[in-house]
Amino acid sequence: MSKTIKAVTLLLASGVMGAYSFCLAAESILHTERSLYRNITIYENGSERCMRFTKQTTTRQTCISLKYPDYLVFKYTKMMLGALYLQPKPDKILIIGLGGGTLPSTLSRILPKAKIDTVEIDPAVVHVARKYFNFRITPTVNVSEEDGRVFVKRAIKKGNRYDLIILDAFDHDYIPEHLLTQEFLGEVKQVMTPGGVLAANTWSSSRLYDHESATYESVFGRFFNLRFGSRVILVKNDGLPSRSEIIKNAKTLEAQLKTFGVRADYLLPLFSTSRDWRIDARILTDQYSPSNLLNAH
Amino acid sequence: MNVLNRPLIFLIAGWSGFFVMAVELLSGRILAPNFGNSIYVWGGIITIFMLALSIGYLIGGRLSIRKPSLKKLSIILMVAAVSTTPVVLMGDAVPDRIFTLIQDPRYGSLISATMLFFLPTMISGIISPYAVRLLVIESSQSGHFAGLLYFVSTFGSAAGTILTSFYLVLYFELNHIFWTMIGISLLISAFSFFVGQKHVENN
Repeated sequence: MSKTIKAVTLLLASGVMGAYSFCLAAESILHTERSLYRNITIYENGSERCMRFTKQTTTRQTCISLKYPDYLVFKYTKMMLGALYLQPKPDKILIIGLGGGTLPSTLSRILPKAKIDTVEIDPAVVHVARKYFNFRITPTVNVSEEDGRVFVKRAIKKGNRYDLIILDAFDHDYIPEHLLTQEFLGEVKQVMTPGGVLAANTWSSSRLYDHESATYESVFGRFFNLRFGSRVILVKNDGLPSRSEIIKNAKTLEAQLKTFGVRADYLLPLFSTSRDWRIDARILTDQYSPSNLLNAH
Repeated sequence: MNVLNRPLIFLIAGWSGFFVMAVELLSGRILAPNFGNSIYVWGGIITIFMLALSIGYLIGGRLSIRKPSLKKLSIILMVAAVSTTPVVLMGDAVPDRIFTLIQDPRYGSLISATMLFFLPTMISGIISPYAVRLLVIESSQSGHFAGLLYFVSTFGSAAGTILTSFYLVLYFELNHIFWTMIGISLLISAFSFFVGQKHVENN
C-alpha cells in the first residue's frame, strides 16, 4: 500500500515538475497587448515565434520559424497557396484577415509585381505583424484597417476586381458570422475577375461544416475541398480547372514554392471535389447565420 | 382597480424589456452586411438605443400626468410594435442606401441605427415611467412600485437577450423573429386594451 502511494506521489511530483519545466522551456513571452477586440500575446518557444489571442497555447493564430523564416509553419497556409495551382499569375490579390502577415509576405515574394490589398479589423494586429512577424507595407502591399465586408462592399462600388481573394478571418474560437453568408460570398464573387480564384481558410467542424459547404456550393458551385487538420476551400469563378491543368501549374510553380515548404506531392492529393457533407443542410444567410453556435455543437 | 390590471401592467413592462433587447441584439445583424461587426458599429447601436430610451422615459413621464390608463399604455405598446415594422420591411434598403452615401462604418451605422431603431425604442421607453404611474396609488409606495417595475422590465430585457442570442438565432431567420415579436406585442396590447378599458376609471 505505502509502496503504491510512494510510487503515485513520485509519479505526480515528476509529472508536475516535468510540466513545469516544459512550460519554462516552452515559451517566453515577448509582448502582450489588450486590443479593441482581443488579448494579443506574442511568444517564442525555442524554434518558433507565434501569436495567440487566447490564454491557451493550443490555438495559435500565426507562427514563424526563427531558423527558417521562409518556411511556412502551418499546414493551412500551404494549403492556401494551393490557390496558385488554379491561378498561377494573379496580378491583383485581396487578403481578408492579416494575422502575422505570413500570406501577404509569402505571396509578395512569389509574385513581386502583384498588387496586394490586405484588410485587418484590428489595428493592434497590424502593429504586431509589422513589429514581430516581418510584415512590410510596400508600394505593392498595403493594409486597410477595417471590417472585411465593408472593404468588399466598397470595392464593388469602386469597380475593383481581384484575380485572387484570400479569406483568412476565421479562427478556432470565433467566426465573424457576417463573413460566412450567401450574401457575403455573392459580394466576394462580384469583386472576382472572370478567372478569379477564392481561397478560404475555415476551421469549421461538426455541424457548421455541412452548413458552410452548402453555402459555398450555393454561390460557387463545385469547389476543391482540402482537409488536413484545417479546411481550405478553393473556388474558381469560371469553373474548376481540369486536374491536368492543375498538375501542369503545380509543376511550373514547384521550384518557387519549395522555398516555403510547399510541395506538389504534398498538396495535390488533398484536392478533393467529393461532397462529403449533408447536402440538405440549411444555407447560411444574412437572415440566418448562427455560425458560432453551430460550430460549438 | 381590476384584479387583472396590475399583472397586465407588469406583463407589458416585462415584455417591452424583452422586446427592446431582442431588437437591439438583432440590429447588429441588420447593420453588419454594410457596416461590419466592428466595435464602432456596436458603439453606434448602443448609443442610439440608450438615447432613444432616455428620451422615451422623458416623454413617458410627461404623458403619465394627464389621465393615465391601462388602455393608453396598451396603445403605446401597439405603436411601438407597429413602428418596428420598418425594421423588417426596410432592414436591407435603409442600410444599403446609407452605405452609398456614408461609407464610414461609425457614422453609417449611427445614421442607419437612428433611422431604423430610434422610433420603436423611444416608444418602448415611454412604457416604464407610464407603468409606474399606473401602479402607484399612494406616494409612500412609489419607490416600492418603481423598484418592482424596474425589476420586471430589466428581467424581461435579460430574458430577451439570452433567448435571442443563445437560441432564437439558431432556429429562425431574423425577420421571423421580428414578426413573431411584433405579433406578441399586438396580442398583449389588444388583450390589455379591452380588459383595461372597462376598469380604467377606478384608477
